[in-house]
Amino acid sequence: MSFLSHLISGISLGSIYAIIALGYTMVYGIAKMLNFAHGDVIMVGAYSCFFLMSRFHLPVIVGVVAAMLVCTLLGVTIERLAYKPLRAAPALAVLITAIGVSYFLQNAALLLWTSNPKVFPSIAGNTSIKLLGGQLSISPTALLSIASCIVIMVALTWFTSSTRMGKAMRACSEDKGAAQLMGINVNVTISMVFAIGSALAAIAGILLCSAYPTLTPTTGSMPGIKAFTAAVFGGIGSIPGAMIGGILLGIIEIFGKAYISTQLSDAIVFLVLIIVLLVRPAGILGKTVQEKV
Amino acid sequence: MNILQRVKGLVNKSFLTYAMVIVSFVIVQLLANNGGISSTLRGQLVPICAYVVMAVSLNLTVGVLGELSLGHAGFMSVGAFSGVVACISLGDTIASEPLRLAVGLIIGAICAGIAGFLIGIPVLRLRGDYLAIVTLAFGEIIKNLINCLTIGLDGGGLHFGFLSSASALNLEPDGRVIINGPMGISNIPRLSTFTAGFVLILVTLFVVMNLVNSRSGRAIMALRDNRIAAESVGIPVTKYKLMAFVTSATLAGAAGALYAMNFSTIVATKFSFNTSILILVYVVLGGLGNIAGSIVAATLLTVLPEMLRQFNDYRMLIYAIVLILVMLATNNETLKGLPTRIRAWVTRSPAPQAEVGIDG
Repeated sequence: MSFLSHLISGISLGSIYAIIALGYTMVYGIAKMLNFAHGDVIMVGAYSCFFLMSRFHLPVIVGVVAAMLVCTLLGVTIERLAYKPLRAAPALAVLITAIGVSYFLQNAALLLWTSNPKVFPSIAGNTSIKLLGGQLSISPTALLSIASCIVIMVALTWFTSSTRMGKAMRACSEDKGAAQLMGINVNVTISMVFAIGSALAAIAGILLCSAYPTLTPTTGSMPGIKAFTAAVFGGIGSIPGAMIGGILLGIIEIFGKAYISTQLSDAIVFLVLIIVLLVRPAGILGKTVQEKV
Repeated sequence: MNILQRVKGLVNKSFLTYAMVIVSFVIVQLLANNGGISSTLRGQLVPICAYVVMAVSLNLTVGVLGELSLGHAGFMSVGAFSGVVACISLGDTIASEPLRLAVGLIIGAICAGIAGFLIGIPVLRLRGDYLAIVTLAFGEIIKNLINCLTIGLDGGGLHFGFLSSASALNLEPDGRVIINGPMGISNIPRLSTFTAGFVLILVTLFVVMNLVNSRSGRAIMALRDNRIAAESVGIPVTKYKLMAFVTSATLAGAAGALYAMNFSTIVATKFSFNTSILILVYVVLGGLGNIAGSIVAATLLTVLPEMLRQFNDYRMLIYAIVLILVMLATNNETLKGLPTRIRAWVTRSPAPQAEVGIDG
């Protein structure tokens, strides 16, 4: 029975990673950049929801929507101010700028909200659901994470395959120049990707802090790195890949913690990543691009 | 040919770099002896040396070999821990402190070099961002493994333990626990000096510059510029990639040992992903492939937060803004052309063509 409960907590942690990884993978797909500030957008989302709920006593749903709006605005602003001027610059320059943005967000959060950890109240309540005659108990946060992940996955798949904007996104990630020639507004499309990614980051931040209630200005960095790993794991640039990568990573992490060693769980996660990348150098669902000589 | 041009020919770039390092060492040494340096800055001198060595060695991987590494702090960590263990174990054997430090640095360098070799074999098969993420993963794994490691010393030699408490080492009563899992190493002999750091920088410069300007160095740069073309003229890819990667790791190990022996305690979490990123920032800001640039950037960016101390809480925020602005100013097409256009406007002459290069 403990196996089943570990599996469920693994999937729920993995769902959170998957939602974060979607932000990484979509931005990578379209802008070919590693957005290191993504983890800190998660933190900003969690803080905004926390303050709206605790300070102004707003209902949960208003807090979540408001946090999503804050993050969307933040993501689009970051893209406009810091990344857009560097569209033609070498990838490393953009990477360092993203790191600068990440430092900026962390330190701004430190000034605004101090380093004292905040105790985040779970948005899904605390009454866990008992199954199989009370042997298996599932926390409502876990259920909510898994459900949100499924909804987001379905919605995003529909969005990218059926809407005009979604098709424009796929076109831009394939070939920006050709997309522009076909009359697609590349700048708007890229802003849209950042907006979606950041709104997802807000959701992920709130779910993450509901499951692990301590909130500090550095809350986002380690999940950010893990989710980035998950995105690479599944094949960076691929939306289903990010989902699979995230969920697998969560399961591996929880199983590693439960059955091997708590201290080594991060090492196990990264070791599996390395093995996967050595066998499939472009990730699980990544496209292997033929090299032209 | 006038004298100026002849002097210019003689004074090549590497000579200027050596001269810059030596002159700044002499100036800092003179200032330090006359009390011209604040005590906080004095405490930063050895870390600055370590960061300079880290930046120059990472530049070998990122700038010269052209592969992004996000786990350079892992090698620093291996060097730091093995170097300190060596120095503590040799405490009775080698009486002379500088000699003990040198042995510690060499052992740290060798251990990091071995780690670099073992990691390099799988890692260097990958390309681009995948290589970057795997180096990140190895950096985190190294941090995690050292966090679980216990090493003790007694009359019978070194005792190793993994995932167990220090008491499981079964030390004799006079024994000493050196690495105590997540607590790291405490009571480190503080052997590092500014002079030692200076010598290490010179050695690093000698190794890196001679490598870059050699036949092997040209092969490495050819791989960076066009791997397929390089391979087709018979350059063995794995050999030269490994050569650059292992050299880089070795130097990082020495820097780690130097860094660790400047503090009385050191823990594995100090050498995290953030440290790797910090060093990458030095390399990119200094200019890829530009050794002198790495030295200047590492020094300035270590001193900058200290100089911003008067802004107190805002200093890291200002650091972040400076970082973003510098990246925007050096890489944005509109901003990059600005100085040239202003100069052209002032002198009323046509603006020269913007230089196209990978530096930046």
